[in-house]
Order: sequence, then C-alpha cells, then structure tokens
Amino acid sequence: MAIAAERVPVAKTYKIYIDGKFPRTESGRYFTLNDKKGAVIANICRSSRKDFRNSVVAARDAQLAWAQASAYLRGQILYRIAEMLEGRREQFVSELQLQGTTQNAAQKEVDASIDRLIYYAGWADKYQQVFSAVNPVSSSHFNFSVLEPTGVVAILAPDDSSLLGLISNVAPTIVGGNTCVALASERRPLCAVSFAEVLHASDVPAGVVNILTGYREELTEHFASHMDVNAIIYCDGSKKVAKTIELLAAENIKRVVARTRKDWNVETAQDPYLIRDTQEVKTTWHPVGS
Amino acid sequence: MAIPENKLAFEGGWQYSPAPESIDHINLKTKYDLYIGGEFVAPESGRYFDTVNPATEECIAKVADANEADVDKAVKAARKAYNGAWSKMKAAERGKYIFRIARIMQERAREFAAIESLDGGKPIRESRDIDIPLAAAHFFYYAGWADKLEYAFPGRKVKPLGVAGQVIPWNFPLLMASWKIAPALACGNTVVLKPAETTPLTAMKLAEAIADAGLPPGVVNIVTGAGQTGAAIVTHPGVQKVAFTGSTKVGRIIQKALAGTNKKYTLELGGKAANIVFADAAIDQAVEGIVNGIFFNQGHVCCAGSRLLVQESVADEVVQKLKDRMDTLIVGDPLDKNTDIGAINSPMQLEKIESYLEIGQQEGGVMHQSSCALPDKGYWCRPTIFTGVSQSNRVVQEEIFGPVLAIQTFRTLDEAVSKANNTPYGLSGGIWTDKGAKIFKMTQKIRAGVIWANTFNKFDPTSPFGGYKESGFGREGGLHGLDAYLNLEA
Amino acid sequence: MNLSAINVPSRMPDLSTGSRIDEVGINERVARFQSRSIKTASKVEALRLVLSMIDLTTLEGQDTAGKVGQLCQKAIHLHDAIPGLPHVAAVCVYPTMVGVARQALEGHDIKVASVATAFPSGMASLAVKLDDTKVAVEQGANEIDMVISRGAFLQGEYGRVFDEIATVKDACGDAHLKVILETGELGTLDRVQGASMLAMHAGADFIKTSTGKIQPAATMQVTLVMLQAIKDFYYKTGRMVGMKPAGGISKAKLAIHYLVMLRETLGNAWMTPEWFRFGASSLANDVLMQLMKQATGVYQSADYFSKD
Repeated sequence: MAIAAERVPVAKTYKIYIDGKFPRTESGRYFTLNDKKGAVIANICRSSRKDFRNSVVAARDAQLAWAQASAYLRGQILYRIAEMLEGRREQFVSELQLQGTTQNAAQKEVDASIDRLIYYAGWADKYQQVFSAVNPVSSSHFNFSVLEPTGVVAILAPDDSSLLGLISNVAPTIVGGNTCVALASERRPLCAVSFAEVLHASDVPAGVVNILTGYREELTEHFASHMDVNAIIYCDGSKKVAKTIELLAAENIKRVVARTRKDWNVETAQDPYLIRDTQEVKTTWHPVGS
Repeated sequence: MAIPENKLAFEGGWQYSPAPESIDHINLKTKYDLYIGGEFVAPESGRYFDTVNPATEECIAKVADANEADVDKAVKAARKAYNGAWSKMKAAERGKYIFRIARIMQERAREFAAIESLDGGKPIRESRDIDIPLAAAHFFYYAGWADKLEYAFPGRKVKPLGVAGQVIPWNFPLLMASWKIAPALACGNTVVLKPAETTPLTAMKLAEAIADAGLPPGVVNIVTGAGQTGAAIVTHPGVQKVAFTGSTKVGRIIQKALAGTNKKYTLELGGKAANIVFADAAIDQAVEGIVNGIFFNQGHVCCAGSRLLVQESVADEVVQKLKDRMDTLIVGDPLDKNTDIGAINSPMQLEKIESYLEIGQQEGGVMHQSSCALPDKGYWCRPTIFTGVSQSNRVVQEEIFGPVLAIQTFRTLDEAVSKANNTPYGLSGGIWTDKGAKIFKMTQKIRAGVIWANTFNKFDPTSPFGGYKESGFGREGGLHGLDAYLNLEA
Repeated sequence: MNLSAINVPSRMPDLSTGSRIDEVGINERVARFQSRSIKTASKVEALRLVLSMIDLTTLEGQDTAGKVGQLCQKAIHLHDAIPGLPHVAAVCVYPTMVGVARQALEGHDIKVASVATAFPSGMASLAVKLDDTKVAVEQGANEIDMVISRGAFLQGEYGRVFDEIATVKDACGDAHLKVILETGELGTLDRVQGASMLAMHAGADFIKTSTGKIQPAATMQVTLVMLQAIKDFYYKTGRMVGMKPAGGISKAKLAIHYLVMLRETLGNAWMTPEWFRFGASSLANDVLMQLMKQATGVYQSADYFSKD
C-alpha cells in the first residue's frame, strides 16, 4: 500500500447527463464496474425510467431551438466537440484501457472518434444539398422537398464500444437538428460519461444530448415505448430485442432504425445516410404566376 | 403620395463622434515577399511596389512584384506539392488542414478585418461583420467536402485537376481568396494565387495563417504583382485550371489566351443588375434593399443592384425614401465603425466613376447626391442616383463599379423582365414584391445566375454564385462550386 | 368583418389591403442600427437626451401615495452628484395617483402622464373607459396613455377601435393623448403598422408600443415599424406624431440604439422629449451610471445611485 508521504488521488464520481446538468440517478441505484481482478473501478448510476422521462422532456424542450440553429452553427459545434475531445485524449485512452482495451486499440478508437466528429461536422451544411430536391411537377408550381429533423431520438448505443459506437450514433443524429437521449454501453460505460463532460464544454445547448448509464434490459422498454419520442436507434443484434422494440415503437409509429454492425472502427461505418435515417421529407408547393 | 415642403431634417443635430477601430494590436510588416513553397522568398526581379491606404493616400507596405521566373517557381512548387504530399494524403486529413485555416482566420478575425479596411478602403463594419466571417465560413464549408466528393457527383469517380492558377480582384480581397483557395484545396488541387495589386495585404496574412496551419509547403503559393503577373499565371503551361474574377474586359482576354490549350477555366466577371421593385413590395424594406444593393462596399460589387427598375405607381415614394436614406449614410474613414461608405479603392477607379457622373449628366440624366461631408485626403464618392435615364443611356448600360444608381420606371411585369434582361450581362438581379407567385415567375424569366427576392447582396458558402452571358461562367460556392476543381470525366 | 357595413367617418384609413412589412428586412435594419458605435461626446449627448425623454413610471397594484411621492422625488433629484442634469420628461402613474403626483411635482417642469381606459387590458365598456379618462384629466394629468381594444382590432372591428380612440381624444381636452397599441398582443408587424395608422388618423398625439405588463414589451423591431408609419403619416398629412417605446428598455446602451434608430428614420425634428419618450423605470439609473463612467473613466456600482 502507499506510504503516508504519497499523494492520495481523488476518485471520480460517474454521474449521468440530463438537460446540461450532471445529476445522479433519481432512483439512487448503482452498479459497480469492476476491473479484471474484480476491484471496483467506479459506481455507475443505474438510471431509472424517470431519468429517461426527464431526459425526454429536456430533449423535447431543446429540439426546436436546435433545429432552428443554422447548419453552419451546428457544424461549428460538432467541430468544437472534436477539438475538446482531442484535448482530452489521454483521459479517454486511459478509461478505455481501464475497461479492458489495449493501449494501441484505445489510441485508434480515440483517433477514430475525433475524426468521426469532424466527418459529421462537415456534413452539417451539406446533407441538405445532397438529399433535397426541386421537383419538376407538371403544373405551374414551384415544388421543393427538403429534409427536416424528426425530433427527439432515443439511442441504445452499442454495448461493445465504450466511445466510438456512442459517437457514431449521436453525431449523425444531432447534426441533422434532432436531440437525443442515449443509453451508454452497460459493460463499458465510463467513456460515455466523460464524453458528456466534453459535450458540456463544447457549446452544445442543454438538452440536445442526454446520456444515461444503466441496465439495458430494464430500460429498453421505456426507450421504445415513450409516446413523445419520434425515433429509436438500436444497435443490438438479437432478434428478440429487435422484435420487442419494434412492437413497442408501433404505439406512436416511431421510426425504428437498426444499426447492428459489430465494428464501428471502419470507414464504412460513417456516411450521410446515417443522418438521413432520422430526417423527414417535407414537400412544399407554390404557384408560379403573376 | 404628396411630398410636403418641410422634409425630414437629417442634416446637423446629434452627430456621431469618431469611433475609430484600434489598430495598435495588428501585426503588419513593412515589406512582404512572395509566399512560395512554404516560405517567404524575395522576388527574382528584386522589385517591390507600394500598397496604399486609399483613405489617406499613404503607403502601408511594400509588396514584392513577381515576374515570370517567380511565377514559374510558384507553379513548380505547386506541382511538387501536388505530386508529393497533397495527392497522397487521405482526403479526411486534407480536410483537417483546411479546417485549421478556417479556425486561424476566426482567431485572427479582428486583425484581418482592420488590415482589409486599411488596404482596400471598405468600412470596418463590413470587413468585420461580412467579409471576414464569410471568408472563414468558406474554408469551413469546403473543408467538410474534402472526404465526401463522391456524394456530390453521382456515378462519377472524381479526381483533382492538378495546379490551379487563380487571379482575384480588389473589391473583396480576403473573401475572394477564400472563394478560390478553399474549394481548390478541398478537391485535392494545389494553388498559385495572385491578389489584386491594390489589395495584397490580407492575402499575405492568409499566407501566414496557412503556414501556421502547417500545410505541406507548396500546397498554396501566393504571388503578388499586377496584370503581367496575372497573365504569367494564367498562361503558364504547368497550370491545369484557371480561375479568374474581374472585369469582363480582362475575362475576354483570358478566354482568348486560353483558346486551344487544354486548361479548364472559370470566369466571374462584371454585371449591371436590375433591382426590380413592384408596387406590392414592402416598400421600406425594398428601399433598404436598394441601398444595400448599390452602396454596400462603395458599389464595388460585380453583382451590385446598379439599375433600379421601380413600378411607376410607387416611383415617387420609393425615390423620396431612398433620398431620405441616402442622407443618413456616412461617407468617411474606413476605420471608423460608423462609416457606411468607405474610400474608393484607387485614384484610377475614382476617375472612372467621376467620368461616368459626367457622362450621365451630359446624357441628360438628373443627378442627385447626398450632401455629406468628405475628408480632404483620399479617394471619395458620395452616394449618387440618376433619374430621367433609360436603357439607351450609357450610365444604364455600362458597369460603373461605384456608388451610382441608375433609376428607371416600368409598368408591367413583362416590361420589367424585358428591361432586366436587356443587357449583355447576367450576374444577378433583385425582385421586391409581397406576392410569392410573382417571385417564382420572375425567377424563371430573369436571365441571371443569382436572383435575390426581397433581399439583396446575400452570400453564403453553401449558395452557388456565378453569371450568365458576359458575366462569366462557372459557379462558386455550394455543391455546384466543386465542379470547377474536379475532373469529372467518366 | 365587412368594413363597408360600419358607419365610420371618412378620416378612417383603409386597412383592407393590409400593409406589407418584411420581417427579415426589419430585423436586418435593426441590426444595422445596433452596429453603430456611439462614443465620447456623442455618447454623453445621447445619454443626456435619453434622460430628458424618460417617462418615469410606476404602475403597480400596490402603488400608494408614499410610493408615488418617492418616485416624484427621484424625478426631481435624479442624481444631485452630477450638476446640470436634464430632468425627466414626465412621471407616469394610475389615474388615482395623478393628484399626488401633481402636488409632489409642483413648481417643476415635469409633466404628469396617466394611464387610462381600463389599463392595461382595456377590457371594459366605453363608458368605463371614458370615466377613467375623465378622472385622470380632472386630477390634472398633462398626458393620457390609453390602450386600444386589441380584441376588437384582431376581430377586424377597425371602426370601433377608431371611434374609441377619437372619443377618448375628445375627453382628453388639453391633455395630449398617447395611444398604446400593445404590440406584444398584435402578433405581426403588419398589424402593428395597421394599428399605428388607425391611431394616428383617429387623432393620437403619440403612439406607444406597450403597457409593459406583458411580454414582449417594446422591441426595436416594432418601434421601427411604428416610426416608419409616423413618417408615412407625416408625408401624407404634414402632421407630426410622437412615439414612445415602453417596457424592456432598462439599459442605456439599448436606449442609445433607439436614438440612433429615431435619428436615422425620422431625423432631427423628432429628437426631443416633445416627440419621443421612453417608458421606463430602471433605465434612468443605468444612464446615470454611464454618465458617471464617461465623466470619471471608471465603471460604476449601482450602490451609489438612489433607487426610489
């Protein structure tokens, strides 16, 4: 054990991130994250359905203003998140290692996470140009179709990936003007919480991203059934889970997006169609005449 | 509407005290060399020319005069960088370099703005609020395209062209440099750029920013000089793509010089845009739009709304309100934050404008200017309107490139369209009406590359800009702006 | 509502075609005013002008003779530490407090303005509103700030709104009439323009943005629309009408933006308390702080300025 003369380090408390603040779970429950030897790394908040409910309220409140922010501003903010993450590489690399990743793989994952944020930052003011259309209708009307964010999106982040998987789903969702509530990996929750701190330092308005930690099994039904959530993204490959989610989502005709890939650290894991997944198409007509 | 005897009184009364932008924080050298191969190198000729502050007529700095040998050096450096680091780099990494440039421009925004106004004469309010933010935004926008080009051109595998030779004008020096450099780099090309001889300084500061951003040497080269330097760049056999913004006269020369070569080129030339105000327009906002259209940047704008076409039933009201508004425009020191209209860029340009004022009056036009005070030194022109002119007048046909508006009336929509299109130019146009259907009908009929409805002189990196007819071809900005810098052959 | 069915006097303006105001254009013009940099001598001049244009206001259900007396004391002694300050234009109170104010301001060149016509909602019969006005006038109010019937206006009963204003104007006698449009309830800038025209044609001496009792109160945008309406009315009839933005202007910097807007829209003739007022309470102290800062070069603290 350490000698009295050595400095005692301060252990970090891992909270959740709702509406731009860091509360503990209202339920007071926790579970422990242990290292390979069984020692406790941290007490992780076991979020409740009420935490989820509060997150959805925050996300809904924030959504209109976020959607109305210019595409340029949203791009700037995503770029800023990348800047902040780059500045904290070491923290994330060490958290990944704590959770069982090798140092090499951890560096790669952090690099990929930062670059992915920049990738989507670059799409903010372009996806509209690629996916919209002016439609040559046969009547004397100007007719145009544009994308609009669907609203509040619930995200069940990949369980295997502590950081990259979460970012790969949050970034394309919010760059398109949606707000979201994301459930972190249950097995590797640390980076999600630290990522919330990065978001907080990046001019991301409160409520745009909300991050919960907890037991996937007990929270899935709430993520899937909430009547004020417009879309749900899930990353779990199991058929049983998929069916449960789809059944519950049907109640308010939620858009259901399955992203079940195993490896998020490849180039094909990013593209603008992930933005389009949470967009609606709005078509407007106006006469052309005097 | 009746115009009473006792008009509104804008002269005298409460005046704004001088509100000078401080320049003691800016870093400006007394001499600038050429930026070639990642370094500042002295010109082969050993010659330098002065760049002058048009508000004070004082020399600000000496700038290198590049000759053919210098241009050759620059093109070779660009080719070397293209073959070497730049074309081998992953597209996403290329994008990150461009993001860095954008960031540095934001961090040094105030310095850039002050130097832009010092060197070119435009009001600091415009440099600060419009030019510099837009320039940085252009780099931000195109940085994001670098690794996404396949989405912009369905069905094609795109490739860069190689070395781009770019020549830009003096009216929006830093912004024009951004419009040229950002898309070229995003598409994987390297660049040799020449700023205008009366406004080289922000380009040199941009060179410093690019160096600080760590771009591989030779990716961007900036060489200063006058017409001959530009000609050397444009005709250099080592340049695959030429981009020019400037007068139609020079554009024609360039097009001739490039005939028979394999070079791809785009031209952004002059204009004589019609700003059309219908009786059912929001009149006060239309007047503001007219003012922004012709007096913004002293009228040194290719897409300026330099012809007002106003529906006859509201002409008196519009002209009266325009005159009222002109009386509140402040002409003066570009570095004063309250200045609306700065200095004319050079004595040559002032002479040209003044000759048109003469011509307009001789042709029988009625000239009206605001009565604001002018400083003693420097090159100045008061905001001016001509009424009693028609399509046959030279001041209505020819591009003056100053704060001079030619006003005509029209009666019907078809007449407005006919007058608007009755010009060899086709860069831009404005439409003011509260009726949506009419807007779309007009946008269908007006032959111009940019049409502003119920607004004017609005620019955005996502929005394509360029002309029809003798205003040039090719588009800058937006997805369409990538076209010019890529090989799209199937 | 079919306008032709209403029997209205011929002075009533035709609101049937609607006005055309482009909101984006208005916002841009406002942003331009806000980018003016008012420094040194012109700033001091502006600050003093702002002070002279303030209607120092207390309009609370809990107002008492004591409260109004203290407000008048502040009106007379804005900040004795700065000699030669201009005095505020007026004090603005409820009709039942007019007598208190008149007495407290005896011998001073500060006007007493009174709200009336069932301020702030205006939801009362015409008889009640006229009575309210008469009380204020009899108590000695120099100026009456009335509210229009917003509900009637939004229903399109322009004739009724017009008549009410004209009738209240008659009841004012020698007192000047300010007509409060309550722009925050009108919804669009087009309606603000229409209401302004209506009020001016009906005889308003001043048009005023707000009661200050709801949000949003005065904004630069609605003020600009109203100033432009005043300009159009002036060009049409030769008659000047004053303008008063009220509520939400608590900072000197913002007040100066308003002066820039006034200067560049209507020109010098309107740049006096006779034609422009600020309906404000805490604005005065912020102006005083800025004046002290200009004089001493040092940023001030609110502790040194009386709050009455």
